Amino acid sequence: MFVKDLRVEWRNRETLALMCVFGLLVVFLFNFTLETGREEALRGLPALLWVDFAFVGILGFNRSFAAERENACLEGLMLAPVDPGLLYLGKMLSNLVFLGVAEGIVVFAASLWYNFSFLPAFRSFFWIAFLGTVGYVAVGTVFGAIAANTRMREVMLPVLQFPVAVPVLIGGIEATGGALRGDAPSSYAWAVRLLVAFDVAFIVLSYLLFEYVLEE
Amino acid sequence: MPREASPAEHALEARHISKYFGDHVALRNISLRVAGGDCVLLYGPNGAGKTTLLRVLASLARPDRGEVLLDGKKVRHDASSKFEIGFVSHASLLYGDLTVRENLRFTAHLFGLRHAEARINEALDLFAVRDRQAQLVRSLSRGLQQRVTLARALLHRPRFLLLDEPFTGLDAASAESLTSRLQHWTDKGIIFSTHSFEQGAAIARRLVVLEGGRLRYDGPFRHAPLAALGIRPSTEARGSKL
Amino acid sequence: MPKLSPTLHLAICTAWTVAALYMIFLYAPTELTMGEVQRIFYIHVSTAITALLAYILVFLCSIVFLWRRSPAADELAHAAAEVGFVFCSCVLVTGPLWAKSVWGIWWTWDARLTSTFVLWLLFIAYLMLRSYLLDPARAAVLAAVVGIAGGVDALFDYMAIRWFRTQHPQPVILGGPNAGLDPRMGWTLLLTWGAFVCLFLYLLRLRVALARSRREAVAVRREELTP
Repeated sequence: MFVKDLRVEWRNRETLALMCVFGLLVVFLFNFTLETGREEALRGLPALLWVDFAFVGILGFNRSFAAERENACLEGLMLAPVDPGLLYLGKMLSNLVFLGVAEGIVVFAASLWYNFSFLPAFRSFFWIAFLGTVGYVAVGTVFGAIAANTRMREVMLPVLQFPVAVPVLIGGIEATGGALRGDAPSSYAWAVRLLVAFDVAFIVLSYLLFEYVLEE
Repeated sequence: MPREASPAEHALEARHISKYFGDHVALRNISLRVAGGDCVLLYGPNGAGKTTLLRVLASLARPDRGEVLLDGKKVRHDASSKFEIGFVSHASLLYGDLTVRENLRFTAHLFGLRHAEARINEALDLFAVRDRQAQLVRSLSRGLQQRVTLARALLHRPRFLLLDEPFTGLDAASAESLTSRLQHWTDKGIIFSTHSFEQGAAIARRLVVLEGGRLRYDGPFRHAPLAALGIRPSTEARGSKL
Repeated sequence: MPKLSPTLHLAICTAWTVAALYMIFLYAPTELTMGEVQRIFYIHVSTAITALLAYILVFLCSIVFLWRRSPAADELAHAAAEVGFVFCSCVLVTGPLWAKSVWGIWWTWDARLTSTFVLWLLFIAYLMLRSYLLDPARAAVLAAVVGIAGGVDALFDYMAIRWFRTQHPQPVILGGPNAGLDPRMGWTLLLTWGAFVCLFLYLLRLRVALARSRREAVAVRREELTP
């Protein structure tokens, strides 16, 4: 229903472009700071990717609600007989797509620049990235909406988002590391379970709480 | 939409509304009833609480005290009441990166309207913006945007219209057309604010004056003690230039 | 709030704290391997538990506030967050002091340290959000949402960090107050904790009283502003 966000984005492509470029820059900068042997770079790769996703996500969530605030479109949504929970799901979905696209590009660049192939473990890597991103977006969408109400919202969002996203980052980094090293899935299954539990809990929680975020 | 009862029996009603922003009192114990067929001018100096009152009536703002009723039912948490209310505010509520038509289509979608395309055409014609339908809202002038906003507010055929400064940015011809529309919608309950008393008086049949968050007057124009309310219609230019 | 008068409450706090100090420094035996510095443990652990309780209070009050819309619940949540933040900061100060002399390092990303640190960040997020919102009514609602999300998150943090660190074993903090603990140490810890809870409640009630009089002042001003 709310995937109309995609059309807005398709029109100006600003947010997506911003997210992708920023994501690439972070990979690029890490490349300099970690200017080391391949082995070492590979050990840091999962962490690098997730930190990059986290930054890119923040950028996207801020933009996502900035767009709704322009011309008070958020009020337009509240005037309509639509469940706030559904608005949340729609917003979350579009954020998920944007972050997903940006992540794809970042992963491609990382694989190129670090000369590392994701292909052997691609399927498990994909699902782990997906689960982690869902959790991150689930939280980020709510906090983006909250931060949009504050002065200095660009600063406020990371302050809210990062502490709460710690489980996602830990789970994501561990599971990704395990998958890319080719460990037995059972050795990082706990991280995947954690991601799933986090996703479910925060989607449900946000679905219920979003009404309070929107009201005035 | 059921229309069995006569319009006057439908009413949007505010009961003992108070709204605070910190220690600032925006509205103080306001009670107001707008029935179907009413056309009310909401008048008052800047900061009198006009916008806040309209926002409370549209259930965009939650009052600290009191409640808003639609046909005797509380509006809060009642999605069906949203079908009955059309709201126009200072902000356009439009997405700049969508075309005029896409914006309206999106609204129709939110309201789950059937025959959406026909209704969109109708609303676009009403405000003479059909020839602009493929343009991005961002590229429209303020006045054209305002017309699209009006079309948006009417798309779901609400029974009550809350218009906050609807004439802002409209040229003479559009203002004229809006005026005649407002005069002829006798089945709708309309409440609007405008900074030009003359212009409002020409349309409305009832006057509500707010000052400092208080209701100063509510009644027909001819009984209004204009001088006591600090309104001097004669000094204002007839039909402001905008 | 209990009917206990603030002065009496303060007096009890003081007496209790003195008793706790006595227990810490004179009654409790010196730990064999860590020596005198181990005595900071009593304060460290007590403040940590109190900070955790404070966050639980924030969480519960946030739920009550969204449900009942009672300003008192919001004030209690806000007060608990502020006082809890102070206690949590105490944990983060006493921790490294102790760690430095025992482990030889100021900080390690061990499970408990990390989760305390995250808790501290949650307190900051909650308080910062409140201070950046202009409309108090709006601030109350949004802060409650953050308080609830943070509370659920704290659970996940705890699980995540535990599992995470059991993958890579780290130096363990003395294993918590388990079976090997001298009973005198146990009593000292309990009493110190009581003293801190007493202090926490005292600060909390001051803070709540302040919020309440502020609310009343606002109500009075609302009456007076418009003649």
